Amino acid sequence: MNQLIEFIRDNIQITYILILSIFVGIEVIKSIPAVLHTPLMSGANALSGVVIVGAIIVMLHADPNDYLALTLGFLAVVLGILNVVGGFAVTHRMLQMFKKKK
Amino acid sequence: MNILLSVIYLIATVTFIVGLNKLGHPKTAKNGNLIAAAGMGLAIVGTIFIHDLQVATIIYVLIGIAILLGSIIGWFIAVKVEMTKMPELVSLFNGFGGASATLIGLVEFSKNIDSSMQAITIISGIIIGAITFSGSLIAWGKLNGSLKSVIKIPQYNIVNNMFFIMVIALAVYMIVSGGYNPLLLYGLLIGGLIYGILFVLPIGGADMPVVISLLNSLTGIAAAITGILYNNMVMLVGGILVGSAGIILTVAMCKAMNRTLASVIFGSFTATNAVEGSNKTLGSIKSTNASDAAIMMNYATNVIIVPGYGLAVAQAQHVIHELEEILVNKGVNVKYAIHPVAGRMPGHMNVLLAESNVDYSILVEMDDINPQFNNADVVLVVGANDVVNPAAHNNPASPIYGMPILDVENAKHIVVNKRTMNAGYAGIENELFYNSKTSMLFGDAKSALTDLVSELKNM
Repeated sequence: MNQLIEFIRDNIQITYILILSIFVGIEVIKSIPAVLHTPLMSGANALSGVVIVGAIIVMLHADPNDYLALTLGFLAVVLGILNVVGGFAVTHRMLQMFKKKK
Repeated sequence: MNILLSVIYLIATVTFIVGLNKLGHPKTAKNGNLIAAAGMGLAIVGTIFIHDLQVATIIYVLIGIAILLGSIIGWFIAVKVEMTKMPELVSLFNGFGGASATLIGLVEFSKNIDSSMQAITIISGIIIGAITFSGSLIAWGKLNGSLKSVIKIPQYNIVNNMFFIMVIALAVYMIVSGGYNPLLLYGLLIGGLIYGILFVLPIGGADMPVVISLLNSLTGIAAAITGILYNNMVMLVGGILVGSAGIILTVAMCKAMNRTLASVIFGSFTATNAVEGSNKTLGSIKSTNASDAAIMMNYATNVIIVPGYGLAVAQAQHVIHELEEILVNKGVNVKYAIHPVAGRMPGHMNVLLAESNVDYSILVEMDDINPQFNNADVVLVVGANDVVNPAAHNNPASPIYGMPILDVENAKHIVVNKRTMNAGYAGIENELFYNSKTSMLFGDAKSALTDLVSELKNM
């Protein structure tokens, strides 16, 4: 029981943010036209590449002699940035096509 | 944490929310994407340069190389890819994000874990990341055609769920027992990867967009979990935004296809319905040729084009635009009727037609176009099937009963272009094809439309 109370006390702020973010995500997406489903999915996909920030943190904390951590971290950065750059670029390409004629 | 970095993260988080919101409106979507991208760039640069750590130069060099390498590859793929390949590309990028989350978890697990919260976040990050990675790759393979068959072993759901429970049990054991055991860790990793494959493999190609959206949402959750681990707000909020938005989008797609999420995951349309449908005699079909169809359209006042999956597969979006322009020049009033799930994923048809410069204002959504079919002289259905099947209205036994459809049968004449008489992905007959007003124009969408165009040019 004490452990549980401690757990809640340590993580209450993060829990607030977590729950509020869920509602923000739902509100932001609600009632979006079907036309934009594909670009939106692609844009959200680019956003999920925010995991790159964690990959960079791994690299920054790695010991220069810890080859395993460096290799895994390096790969994580490459894959993360691929997700970000590719995702935003392809979304931009799609949305650019939606311009009206003339 | 550095206060400047915290402010940067705060700004980035706000750009994510504003960007995602703007992405939901046609006029502001482009700006929304750019705003979110700028915020992401800010967060990345801030993370690299603003901290209180002693970091060896070699590490900066490695980060620089990794970012350059990934950016070039990502940019190259994004610019080169054909618009018809969009769904599988999103899936592939999503898989990379999941893999990144898993790798982070693997590194962190080998360090000291000093609270159960840390253990929970690391382990769940590894599992979710691994599932999205292998699942996304399977989805990618299925959509680009390299994995064709729907593989289903007997008692599939039981085997699948048992496997999932085993992975979870292993994870719980690792959290409770504590300590670093590489063997168990690799077991967990492999378990997650296998479950991702098992999860996506039996799902049919037409349901794949729903799965991609779901996996996309999972990557967001993996990113958010990693954010909790580092107490990093931009990852937490960014990840959760993607997670919850992804779930809403998944549900919206299911609704448009008249499917529940459970039926997408646990089973496709049952085979019995297909048999029932094909046993019924529906009358005879009437086939036509390009010149007859061209004459019909040439003398029409109102033509409505219904593009579908077949158009996307045949990459006929440019030819259809050519056809539309010729008709417009002849004084015919042409519109496109866009079903919400037409194409290979919701909204995909709009992207394809926009790519070939079709005027945005003649793309009409289902609810607006349905009352107009009464006035249409000719409806040209290109590669669409289930979205125009009247069984959705008048056959309660049909698996698609209740699905919103385009009411093309109200038009005076219907020309349906299809490659063969094969059923659509729902595996059911379409009585529209047997309607006395319908004539079938068999052939690949691209070549059939090209023939129509040349016939019309000669008139």
